[in-house]
Amino acid sequence: MLTHRFWAGLFALVPILGIGLYVIAVLGVGSVGGFSFAGLWLPENANPYANAIDHLFDLVHIICGVVLGVTTSILAYVVWRYADHPGRQAEPALYITHHTLLEWIWTAIPAAILVFLGFYQLQVWADNKMNRPMVMVEGQERAVEPSALVVGKQFGWEVYYPGPDGVLGTLDDQRVENELTVPVGRPVVLRVEAKDVLHSFAIPGLRVKQDVVPGMTQLVWFQVDRPGTYEILCMELCGWGHYKMRARMKAVAEGLEAEVQE
Amino acid sequence: MRFLTTYLFSRDHKIIGIQFLLSSLIWFLLGGLLAAAMRWQLAWPWSDVPVLGSWLFANEGGQIPPEYYTMLVTMHGTVMVFFVVIPILAGAFGNYLIPLMIGADDMAFPTLNMLSYWFMWPAFGCLMLAFAAPGYGPAAGWTSYPPLAVLEAAAPGSGLAQTLWLMGLTFVGISSMMGSINYITTIVQMRAPGMTMFRLPMTIWAMLITAILQAFALPVLTAAVMMQISDRLFGTCFFIPEGLMVADGPATGGGGQVLLWQHLFWFYSHPAVYIMLLPAMGMASDILSSMARKPLFGYKPMVYSMLSIGGLGFIVWGHHMFVSGMQPLVGAAFMLSTILIALPSGIKTFNWLATLWGGRLQLTTGMLFCVGFIAMFVIGGLSGVLMAVAPVTIFIHDTYYIVAHFHYVLFGGTSLIVIGAIYHWYPKMFGRLMSEWLGKLHFFATFVLMNCVFFPMHFLGAQGLPRRYADFTAGDSFSHLQPVNEFITYSAFGLVAVQSLFILNFFGSMVFGRRAGANPWNANTLEWAAPSPPPHGNFTSPITVYRGPYEYSVPGRESDFWPQTEPGEDAHGSHHGA
Repeated sequence: MLTHRFWAGLFALVPILGIGLYVIAVLGVGSVGGFSFAGLWLPENANPYANAIDHLFDLVHIICGVVLGVTTSILAYVVWRYADHPGRQAEPALYITHHTLLEWIWTAIPAAILVFLGFYQLQVWADNKMNRPMVMVEGQERAVEPSALVVGKQFGWEVYYPGPDGVLGTLDDQRVENELTVPVGRPVVLRVEAKDVLHSFAIPGLRVKQDVVPGMTQLVWFQVDRPGTYEILCMELCGWGHYKMRARMKAVAEGLEAEVQE
Repeated sequence: MRFLTTYLFSRDHKIIGIQFLLSSLIWFLLGGLLAAAMRWQLAWPWSDVPVLGSWLFANEGGQIPPEYYTMLVTMHGTVMVFFVVIPILAGAFGNYLIPLMIGADDMAFPTLNMLSYWFMWPAFGCLMLAFAAPGYGPAAGWTSYPPLAVLEAAAPGSGLAQTLWLMGLTFVGISSMMGSINYITTIVQMRAPGMTMFRLPMTIWAMLITAILQAFALPVLTAAVMMQISDRLFGTCFFIPEGLMVADGPATGGGGQVLLWQHLFWFYSHPAVYIMLLPAMGMASDILSSMARKPLFGYKPMVYSMLSIGGLGFIVWGHHMFVSGMQPLVGAAFMLSTILIALPSGIKTFNWLATLWGGRLQLTTGMLFCVGFIAMFVIGGLSGVLMAVAPVTIFIHDTYYIVAHFHYVLFGGTSLIVIGAIYHWYPKMFGRLMSEWLGKLHFFATFVLMNCVFFPMHFLGAQGLPRRYADFTAGDSFSHLQPVNEFITYSAFGLVAVQSLFILNFFGSMVFGRRAGANPWNANTLEWAAPSPPPHGNFTSPITVYRGPYEYSVPGRESDFWPQTEPGEDAHGSHHGA
């Protein structure tokens, strides 16, 4: 029969591997059988609005990593130290029913951390979902107007740009399928809608995600700081072709958008 | 005839509990096989399914078609949530343990109790028929978001199959409602003399809070399900707005709100998360204390933290909808309430650790599952903190990070306790002990393999890998992750396969198991005062309760346990600590 040491060792693997694998993924070092660990953490972010999201992601992981390490190590230690086995002295188990001070400590400290986290993130949430970007126009601050309308449908994205009249949502809008072009280096606002069922407009490389809801018009905003091509994914189950509902977004230097759209 | 009333249409809570247990375990196996089929597709997209492929998918050349994959996603979730976890916790263990642990001879309403089981059968029938309905089966996810779930043109499975799905859920709901009324009444009214509320074992507290959650949350789901049925069959438009174009044709609709369903669904289904967790926490507390030979640390904080989980559980549903299009200011409020609910779960974990500290741990199979549960629940709980941070959810919502999180809670948490609880209470149920050797092998394999399946999903999620995709090789972003998907698939097949050890042990021990006696674990709670298995009516002599359920290793006593039924001076005054 397996001894208590074996089980304590098994439980000790939880903090060791749990934290160890995260460290390997974050550092991106090493490989197994040709598979590189370099691509296991957050993909590169090109959206300055979302830098704070990555920061929160790392911060919460560090806090949780510490809690995981401490609690599961204690668990493994307890199994190693307090398991009954033939060699153990005849000491009885402690008779302790409660400890008020301890209860207060392990209520107050996590509560303080959680309340801190709750308030610390509010500004990031507001910047990404509530406070639409502003620009200075003729000395006045104005909300950035949507530069394109993106409509989700089974299974692709229709992109509409303002036509010659310069206004979005009129009959002369230009329509492109599955290809969005945005300028680099300044705030972009998009109008997102859905034609048939729920979809979600998501660009992992920019940390952008917004469900698009039939019957609702919503805005998403971001800024792309690096020219290149980004994948737009649908991230809300929309039917059998959900997995292939993708589009490309090209981020190009300002002034070139029109050429690319042609 | 006698057989029918004794074993089939029995009004004995123990038989009903075992009926729930066996049928849930069969669904558990089916749900696992559905998951294995999903994993096959994800590791080797569009490759021929061995053996079954040529039979199931003859028209597609043996491959899983994408419509079938979305059905698998839907049915795996539905089966596991509504046909396994909820009925096995409340239906099986609630039924079996409540009257025994409070010292009652049966439930308050035995006939209602029998009906609560037999109302599961129309639900079973509906779900089985849904598999056979056109379009392979319901395919709008276990959450069944409209318009996908309502408009037949949007998904082949959203026809008859979806109606059957909704009917099935209704019957499950009726069953749960009957159960919860019965549990509340029984716990409040039928406790043995001396069994005050603060002498109840933690399992019973958990079952009581769970039953209250069910009773208050379930009507909302039932109403929502009825509204969706009415949208589908009677042409109402609760959830369908005007002007939709589905499959290039106009859809009938007007005036409905798509988000309304999500609010109603999650108003039930978030409390349901705790319905699927609290009973497991309660049973874990009882097993841990009795197997550590040590009083449960912090009885009252444990009760209060469960009560606050139950209360807060009603005001956090919006965290499923952070990026749904719900007003972001409301999202901020839900974020704050969600982050607070991590606190009582943390308190419970610390109290469990303190319960084990300084004990004399008996590492039985049931105990190993409980210790494993704590480790897995810590992982699942902490990733829950990450998701409560709404800005982070913008990135990880609907990715595999979420999949990892809820499997750590529901498989690593609840399912490990369910299996552990079977090992622990099996001798009471069947009068024989399960094989410890096979049991430990089963624990080891399950524990290792479940981590191989679910831990790598955190990294897939960190890459933004979306849920419910049938194929990750199609685009640019995720092809490099395919080796991880293959690894997960091999581990998942292993995880399903090693459950055969459990099946073998479960049925084999009925015949070959060692005879258990009334109290094989030297535990204090009342069920161990009854014979194993207890007869109809449970106890052979009237029960009086003299003390709390956790008086283990009381100083100055010869034996290290002190059953609740044993007359004698109460342990009050000998409390150590502050």
